[in-house]
Amino acid sequence: MTALEGVRIADFCWLWAGAYATDLLAFLGAEVIKIESMARPDPSRNMTLTIGQAFEGVDHSPIFNAINLNKLSVRINLKQPQGVELAKRIIGISDVVSQNMRPGAMDNIGLGYDVLKELKPDIIMLSSSAFGSEGPLRRYGGYAPSFACYSGLAHLTGYSDGLPNPLTGSIDLMSATTSAFAIIAALNHRQHTGQGQYIDLSSVESLAIFAGDALMEYIMNGRVQSRNGNHDRIMAPHNCYRCKGEDKWVSIAVATDEEWRALCGAAGHPEWVNDERFADAYSRWENEKELDETISGWTINYTHYEVTEMLQNAGVAAMPSFSNEEIFSDPHFKERGLAVDVEHPAIGKQTVLGPPWRLSETPARVTKSAPLIGEHNDYVFKELLGMSGEEIERLTAEEIIY
Amino acid sequence: MSERCLGHLKVLELCNLVAGPYSTKLLADLGAEVIKIERPAVGDDARRRGPFLNDIPDQEQCGLFLYLNTNKLGVTLDITTETGKDILLELIKQTDIFVEDNPPALMEELGLTYKDLRAVNPNLIMTSLTPFGQSGPYRDYRAYQLNTYHAGGEGYLMPIMSPDDSREPVRGGGLAGDCTCGLSTAIVILAAAYRKGETGVGQYVDVSRQDVQRTMVLLDVAMYANLGVIRNRFRRPLLMPLPMECRDGYLMMSALTDREWGSLVEFMGNPAWADDERFNQWLSRHMSGDDINPHVQEFVGQYNKEELFHRLQDSAIAAAPVNTAEDLLKSSQMEYRGFFTEIEHSKAGRLKYPTAGYKFSKTPWTAERAAPLLGQHNEDIYCERLGYSKEDLVSMREAGVI
Repeated sequence: MTALEGVRIADFCWLWAGAYATDLLAFLGAEVIKIESMARPDPSRNMTLTIGQAFEGVDHSPIFNAINLNKLSVRINLKQPQGVELAKRIIGISDVVSQNMRPGAMDNIGLGYDVLKELKPDIIMLSSSAFGSEGPLRRYGGYAPSFACYSGLAHLTGYSDGLPNPLTGSIDLMSATTSAFAIIAALNHRQHTGQGQYIDLSSVESLAIFAGDALMEYIMNGRVQSRNGNHDRIMAPHNCYRCKGEDKWVSIAVATDEEWRALCGAAGHPEWVNDERFADAYSRWENEKELDETISGWTINYTHYEVTEMLQNAGVAAMPSFSNEEIFSDPHFKERGLAVDVEHPAIGKQTVLGPPWRLSETPARVTKSAPLIGEHNDYVFKELLGMSGEEIERLTAEEIIY
Repeated sequence: MSERCLGHLKVLELCNLVAGPYSTKLLADLGAEVIKIERPAVGDDARRRGPFLNDIPDQEQCGLFLYLNTNKLGVTLDITTETGKDILLELIKQTDIFVEDNPPALMEELGLTYKDLRAVNPNLIMTSLTPFGQSGPYRDYRAYQLNTYHAGGEGYLMPIMSPDDSREPVRGGGLAGDCTCGLSTAIVILAAAYRKGETGVGQYVDVSRQDVQRTMVLLDVAMYANLGVIRNRFRRPLLMPLPMECRDGYLMMSALTDREWGSLVEFMGNPAWADDERFNQWLSRHMSGDDINPHVQEFVGQYNKEELFHRLQDSAIAAAPVNTAEDLLKSSQMEYRGFFTEIEHSKAGRLKYPTAGYKFSKTPWTAERAAPLLGQHNEDIYCERLGYSKEDLVSMREAGVI
């Protein structure tokens, strides 16, 4: 039993900002049918620019696999009118259509919302694009780094004396997570009212939302916040501190005098409590540079795990800044079971991350690897659409199923 | 008034600071009735974090709180008192969804686990959003946004292309960490609500902020686990990975595909340095940043960011200026889409607020009310819904229960 059992999604999404949106819904049990073709394969099937690696063909990318789990795939050539007609048949038996082509592209091939709602009046359609499908910048394109920059997040990220920093691929995933939320909200509305609707999502705006406090600061006081490393507007200490080992760091955050006293005690430096530079929250914040030097002089003698344990035992918030390598040996990470192994038909055993939620009655989980391209042609065309073998053969010969 | 997307859902929130309140704000902004419970007298800690209107500290004029609690009703209640707990249970009886972010041990001690609450409302959906989830060795550890961000693994990768290997990893800017946790939680809440809409059955959902943060680097995790690539934040010779400096600010541009690269070279007037066979193939071009970036920087430095942004986009090259909060408030795109809306608050007055990155055609984002004053709806909820008399309210106030 799954939460979204019975929900079917005709998925035209691609790249990370598209793929992860429907991946999240597939974890929750939606049947996600990825509509793609050799005429327009998802580029993340071929390569990853993050680490500059190309993969053999379209079925050998561990990256594509990690972000298209649980989905089905059919090959439909949308550059052919008959391909568009075939896609419509899938939409006709779906609850949701999701896509992240440039604004107007779906309309141009005859799959705009106006057409789709005639076909299926209660369809929910999500269009995700860089700037949204209306407004003066609607035709402008973008990738994750430009979303991060336009949204204001890059200006707020990095060292105070360094360049604005566009974060990581997380930017795409945050936009995708926003898409998944919008779809599931519309599904709840449709469940209650029977009505579908159109959702126009802007990646840039989905990220600007996360700069809410900086926006409120400007609105209220006309002040522009800027990046400042790990520092906080009122808390100190609030930073990463170097520990024993190569590039090992522990994050420590202290809000109250009580927490500060606990830190001093745990560090074996009760005299810090009486240091007037650090006497209250404001003094600590004002003398943060000296404070950080003082704390670093202590943390460097221990591993990040040792510092974490000492501080947490005293009720102080501290955690290692984990690398992807060391998280796998972390006992808590193991217990939470976020990483799972899945068998991929072309590239074998893959370790992937499942959904970050534990539901008691309808578990969200990884059920299968990402699909090979067209892996589910038979299931979708024959079982769902009731097409004959001859029709499928003909469409394949005509490069409609391509 | 238009119909609300989630107008049929009743939510009770017992959360503090950012992540939990943001999850229910997302629901309230789409029409769910959210009753927020705060501690008597002090209220949510977000009320004390600023920014404050005109820089005057006032718990009713704090931008962070006002932003994170739009469209909610607010009551005060001390759930650690006998009467307070009884009232909480009465509220639980009348709600569909209960969202809380308290230490697991505290909820056990107070007798407020899902098992306890299901006894008073058998179809309850309960969601706990805590730093490390309900299980595992770190279950009872404390963490602020800084700590879960670094424990999640993205901090270790940032700032990307760090100028100095000896410096500390940093967090994402703004509320990127905790808002992502809230957003992800809102998805699973609505998944459980959808299931309940089908079957009438509630359930318990356990969400760990560390787990959510970890999923934001799931592709980096997959790179390590399946390709053996250990990622860090150190400099690599990639193609234009950071914003470049214009005359009046920064601009991010990406030329990932051969087509985009060709357009960029043409845009720059086919300079001689660009005629290099390593630059003709995406992978070798992508790893030739050291030979390309300084030339592009020299070109970019002649322009103003806004002008170059539009000219590059006109040539179909993905680009974006690095915006500040001020730039966003002045963005014609966001103005066109109505990203900011004005809301009247009885103490803070009429202010603009960011809305959302999505636009629903049938059930638009609506500001029905500003964030609640501390205890603003005590009488509405306790007297009108639960049947207490005004005299009861007075004595409960005197006893510090509300």
